[in-house]
Formats: sequence, C-alpha cells, structure tokens
Amino acid sequence: MKNIKKLFSVLFSAILLFSATTTSSVAIDKLHFVIGGGAGGGWDGTARGTGEALTKAGMLKSASFENMSGGGGGKALAYMINNKPANTVLVQSTPLVLRSITRHEGYVTGGGSGVLSYKDVVPIAGVIGDYGAIAVAKDSPYKNFKDIVDAYKKDPKSVKMAGGSVRGSMDHLIGALAFQTAGANPNDVIYVPYDAGGKALAGLLSGETQMISTGLGELMGARDQVRIIGITAPERVSDAPDAPTLKEQGYDVQFVNWRGFFGPPGMSNSMKNEIAKMLGDVQKTSEWEAVRARNAWVNIYNPGDDFVKFLEKQTGEMTDLMKKLGVI
Amino acid sequence: MIEGILIGLNTALSLQNIIIVMIGCFAGTIIGMLPGLGPMTAIALMIPITYGFDPASGLILMAGVYYGAVFGGSTSSILLNAPGVPGTVATAFDGYPMAQQGKAGKALAIAAYSSFAGGTISAIFLLIAAPSLSKISLSFRSPDYFALMMLGLTAVSAFSSKGQFLKAMMMVVLGLMLASIGQDSLSDISRFTFGNMNLSDGISFVLIVMATFAMSEALTIIFRGKDPNRAAKQISLTELGSIKVNKEETIKMAKTIPRSSILGFLIGVLPGAGATIASFLAYGMERNYVSDEEKEKFGKGSVHGLSAPETANNAACSGSFVPLLTLGIPGSGTTAVMLGALLGFGIQPGPRLYQTNPEIFWSVIMSMYIGMVVLLILNLPLIPYIARILAVPRNFLIPLILFFSITGIYLMSFNNFDIYLMIGIAVVATFLRLYEFPMPPLILAFVLGKLIEENLRRSLLISDGSFSFLWDRPLTLIILLITIGIVGWQIYRSLIRK
Repeated sequence: MKNIKKLFSVLFSAILLFSATTTSSVAIDKLHFVIGGGAGGGWDGTARGTGEALTKAGMLKSASFENMSGGGGGKALAYMINNKPANTVLVQSTPLVLRSITRHEGYVTGGGSGVLSYKDVVPIAGVIGDYGAIAVAKDSPYKNFKDIVDAYKKDPKSVKMAGGSVRGSMDHLIGALAFQTAGANPNDVIYVPYDAGGKALAGLLSGETQMISTGLGELMGARDQVRIIGITAPERVSDAPDAPTLKEQGYDVQFVNWRGFFGPPGMSNSMKNEIAKMLGDVQKTSEWEAVRARNAWVNIYNPGDDFVKFLEKQTGEMTDLMKKLGVI
Repeated sequence: MIEGILIGLNTALSLQNIIIVMIGCFAGTIIGMLPGLGPMTAIALMIPITYGFDPASGLILMAGVYYGAVFGGSTSSILLNAPGVPGTVATAFDGYPMAQQGKAGKALAIAAYSSFAGGTISAIFLLIAAPSLSKISLSFRSPDYFALMMLGLTAVSAFSSKGQFLKAMMMVVLGLMLASIGQDSLSDISRFTFGNMNLSDGISFVLIVMATFAMSEALTIIFRGKDPNRAAKQISLTELGSIKVNKEETIKMAKTIPRSSILGFLIGVLPGAGATIASFLAYGMERNYVSDEEKEKFGKGSVHGLSAPETANNAACSGSFVPLLTLGIPGSGTTAVMLGALLGFGIQPGPRLYQTNPEIFWSVIMSMYIGMVVLLILNLPLIPYIARILAVPRNFLIPLILFFSITGIYLMSFNNFDIYLMIGIAVVATFLRLYEFPMPPLILAFVLGKLIEENLRRSLLISDGSFSFLWDRPLTLIILLITIGIVGWQIYRSLIRK
C-alpha cells in the first residue's frame, strides 16, 4: 500500500512538472469542440479531424469533443449563444447561413438576432469546403450542362433534378443557382427531394430523375455510375480532374459549402485571432494533409474579417435566390 | 469466379483477418445488445481504429461489427423486450413472448440459427449474383417503394387477432401521427413541433422503440407486480428451458428460412429500404404463408414469427453491400459511414472494383462466412449464461433496464430532451399496455408512415401531380395488387368465418 502511494505521488509530481514546462509554449493548449450532430456525420468528421491534426502536430495539447444533436444543429448553436462556454469552438457549415435566412426563429434567451444566425456567434475561420456538382447518369443523352439547359428550355418538366435534402436546402440551391445563371427561372425547375444523398443517387440511376444536384463529395463514391457535368468551383479540382466546372462552360456559378469554426459571443479578439492562426498553420503540416486526404477535403482557409465578408456575400446571394424559389 | 473466391479466402483466412473478424463480431455483439447504440455508431467508433489497417482488413472489421450488432441486438429483444438495434424490433414480437413462456434458451437458439442461416444464404447470393443484383437496386423507383411500404403495412393484421382489430388500428393511427412530427421530408416546413427545436428533427425510431418496448415493459411489470399469477410465472422464468430445438421446430425453421432470406436479401439490396423494413416485411409475409392454426400463434411465441425477421435482417445486411460495393450508393446511415471509410482508403466502389481491387470484394464476402461461423460459435455456448439475465430478480432487473434505456438514448443524441420525451412516451405507452393496446402496430406505422408519405409525395412530384404512377409501371402495379389481394383475402376470410 505504501509503495502504491509512493508510486502515485511520484507519478503525480512528474505529470505536474511535465505540464508546467510545456504549458508556457502555447497560449491555448486545449480546445473543446461542440458538434451539432451525431457521430459519423460531416460536422463530426470536420471537428474530430481538425482536433486530431492540431494535437498530432503539437499545436494543441488536448482536444475534446461534444456531440449535441437537435434542431439540425440549432441546439448546439443555441448552447453557444446562451452559455458562452470558454475555450470552446463550434463547427458549422453553409446551413448556418441558410438557417439565418429562413424562418427558423428563436430558441435564444439572451437577445441577439433572434434567428440563430452566424452574427450571434464569432466567426473564426472557414477551413475546408465542398463544391456543388451537377451530374447525370453515365448513359444519359445529356453530355454537358448546356444540353440540360436546352432540354429545359424546350420543356421545363423534362429535366427533373434530384437532391439529398428538402426544398430550399443546399442541394436545391446549387442546382437552382446554375439554372438561374443560365437564364432560367429557378422556380420552374422541378426539384425532387430525397432524405439522403445516397438515395437521391439511387433515384437518378433508377431513371426517375434526369439529373442530380448535390455536393461533389457526395458523388465521389459513385463516380463510375455518373457523369459530372458541372461543378461550382472556380477551377477544376485535383480529386476529380475530369469534372468540368460550370464556369468553363460559360456559366459563372461559384458556390462552396464551407465548413468552419465559430466562437461563443464575446470571445476576445486575441483569442479569436490565435485560434484562426492555429487553424491556418495546421493546414501546412503533414498531420493535416493525412486527415485531409483521408476525407477528400478541399482546403479553403478563410479567416477573420474575410470570412465575415464571405458570409455576408453568401447570405445576400442566397436570400435573393431563396426569395425567387419561394421558400422564404 | 473460382479464382476470386480463392483470392478472397486467401486474404480472409489470414491469421490477422480472422482475429479482426472475431474482434469485430464480438464488439458488434456487445454494442448491439446495448439498447440505443446501433451498428452505425459502432462502425463510426471503429473507423479511427481501421486507419492503420489495409483496406480489406478495415472493411472486414466494419462488416463484422455490422452483422455482429444485428446478431447481438436480437438477444436484448428476446430477453428484455428491449431491441438493441432497429433491425431486431420485429424479433421481439415473438421472441419475448417465447422467453416469457420459459423458453428463453430455445428462443435465443432459434434466433442464432436463423441469423446464421440468413447471413450465410445471402452471402451465397452475394457471391454468385452481386453484379447482376445491382440492377435490382436501381429498378425500384419512388412509386414502387410506396407500394412496397403499403404492402408492409398489411403486416399489422398479424397483431389484430382476437378481437383487437380496433385497438390495433388505433395504434396504427397513433404511429402515423407520431411519424409526422418534425421537419416535413420534402419541404422545409416544421410540423407539430410546438416551436420546440428539439422536435424539429422528428422523433427518432430508436427512441420510440425504447419507450414503447423496453421502458414501458419495465413499468408494466411494476404495475402488475402484485398479480399472484404473474408472480408464479416469474418463478418459472428462472428456468431457462433447454436450448435444444426439437424436430418440429426445426421443420418450421426450415420452411421459414429460405423464403425469409430471399425476401430479406432483396429488400436489403434496395437503397430505399434496409434491414428494419426487411424484418417487418418478412414477419408480415410469413404470417400469410403459414396455416391458420399457426397464424393464431403469431405474437404469442411463434417459431415462424421469430425465425422470419431474424433471418431477414441478417440477409438484408448482406444485401445492402450490393449497392455499396457495386454502385457506390449507400442505402442506410450505416453503409454511408462505410462508404466514407472506403473512399478514405482510396477505394473506388463500382463495377470496376472486381478488376481494380478484387481482393477487397472477395475477401469481404468470404469474411462474411467466417463471421457467421464465429457468431454462431460465439453465441450458442453463451446462451445459457446470457439467458441467466432473466434469473436476476425483477427488483434489480427493472432498474437496470430503465438505466440502460436512459443512458442508451442519451448516448445516441447527447440531448437531455430526448430523455424526457422517452419517459413521457413510455408513461403513455404503459397505460395503453395496461388496457391491452398492442405496441407493434404503432412501431410498424411509425417506420412505414414516414416512408409512405415521402415516396407518395415524391411520386406525385415526378408524375406532375397525376396518380397514374400507381399503374404506369408493372412493378408498382404488381406490388399494389399483391397488397390488395392480401387485404381482400383477409376480409373474405373473416366474412366466411362469420
């Protein structure tokens, strides 16, 4: 018994000594990630992957994670706004912008915009992104986006667009944006919602819809079954070099589904900048590259004020589009 | 193909992979037994472990966890009426009554044999026909899914015997109503959420099952505790009965297993269905095949009624690998997680997988056989020990069930609201149970209701609002005619009897 006590005291002092010598090197040594969805989802992967890269690269001593499902991420957002937890960041993505536009009201006790918007939290940085993509079945007569637009102009009902989520969701908006740029009324394009990307793909391949509008990442698994006829990136991406951009076909459509991190309201500027810098620096490490490659992420580091400007721009574009679609 | 099988065996039978299959099956079984944690969470937890592995081993581990969880889920269904995973809800319909009759050991053995047979037979289908089966995955359109789910709803009749028809129908309506809570699946409109954000994602299936089965079962036992008949019954429960399946029961299983594994596998192949739907359909269909005398036993401990869903859910698991591996289409959350992991390994699923990575395809299939054998070996000798859980005095067992239900649901969503909601539903369900309302119709309607609505509205959207989709395609028409036939036949029979 005495020996065990001795062992513990030695161990304990060793740990104390160790922590005392290392803490001074980094100002933020632990970060808590709040995830508005369950294990295995997109937000979960982003937070855990980032945390893993940060700790393995030695930029953080520890990262902890907390899944908080409910209200399509709203629960976690409300938690950040109402509780203002310290040393905590929230992972979010484009739906946050869409949420602030649509009527999702309230749930916040402490004032703010009252609609759970990105304005109620502190945008730190966007880190990764997924471009939108429009695809048809491999044996489809449509070879490029112009073919689809021509067919649509002849008969708007002849090309139905599948997507992995409800009307007014990101999948819907990607396709609507492309058609709008091509001079069509986005509201006339028939959008057929499915409850998951995989099911929308199955719907496309079964022949009940003629095209699919979704994230590029969603299509990577089925690249052998579909022909991607346009992505919403400024230029072709290395993971799918044979997928043409909409821009190169003469339709200047750019859309990125970003994923990034937000702090609680009242987070200090120095803290915000520190975390933003860390998120940027980590993208240069091999530890990050391992995580990125594994998940086929696209790096789009976008910190601080630029991130806020981007969010404002995206909000403006999406508001216009969603009004046309009649979803708000 | 022979070459492929040999490649597969070579990879799957390496010492490392056999150990991986065993670990996967064991971990899956344990996670599956715990209510709330399903195969999806289990696999998501496994992914970080698989990073160091080569892709074949990684996939073998995940597949092992997957069918291990479905295997393990039946144990808690049978012993505690607390389905461990959604796919084993239907197992509780007849498995739990059988355990209540003092035949827990036998019920577990029947479930184990059925799972084994279902998994093995469907792995053979996968082996010989996976490429051509991918066409079946894509042959179903929204109208066909609508028709299929309507067909599934006819299984309700299995619970409406002995003058309980009206009560069963009331529970169906309640189930459909609960299914409509939350964000509308096609537009972005919230329904019946009362402005509560926690309801906007809808009520999860697992929560409903845990509330109406596990928790309300435990509460009902407390309410009925003073009943002397029950007390006597309880003593007999401590005798687990033999795990030997007699000749008569073997014959029954031999009839059920082939048809249920074919049905289960085909449903599993469809990206819009899955293991849960497969088990419900198999249960409902099985009742249509058996004799009148046997029909009466459904819901009261029928061998057919236990064997059919247990066979089908395992067969469906294997079936779901068809769209995953040959098309790169995930049909469920579980397979979506697996697809993500595959892509992470740099493996491109699709028809080319045979050429580019034959060892992956074949070794996964071969490891399924090994996994099935492992699961059988793991489960059969353990049955007497596992079943002993029933010998735990009720005073201890009930708090344990309540504890596991609450922690299970919390671990799923990390949302306190779900706990309150579950307790609320469980209290209502307990009163309904005390008035002899059957719970399975509620569950069935809850699962199918969402899918029926979604597919119906999508069909209407695609056909520009015309109902002609109901007869435009032969497949839809055939399924609908079968549905009408079954309903018509039941009505005709009940009229004749009068």
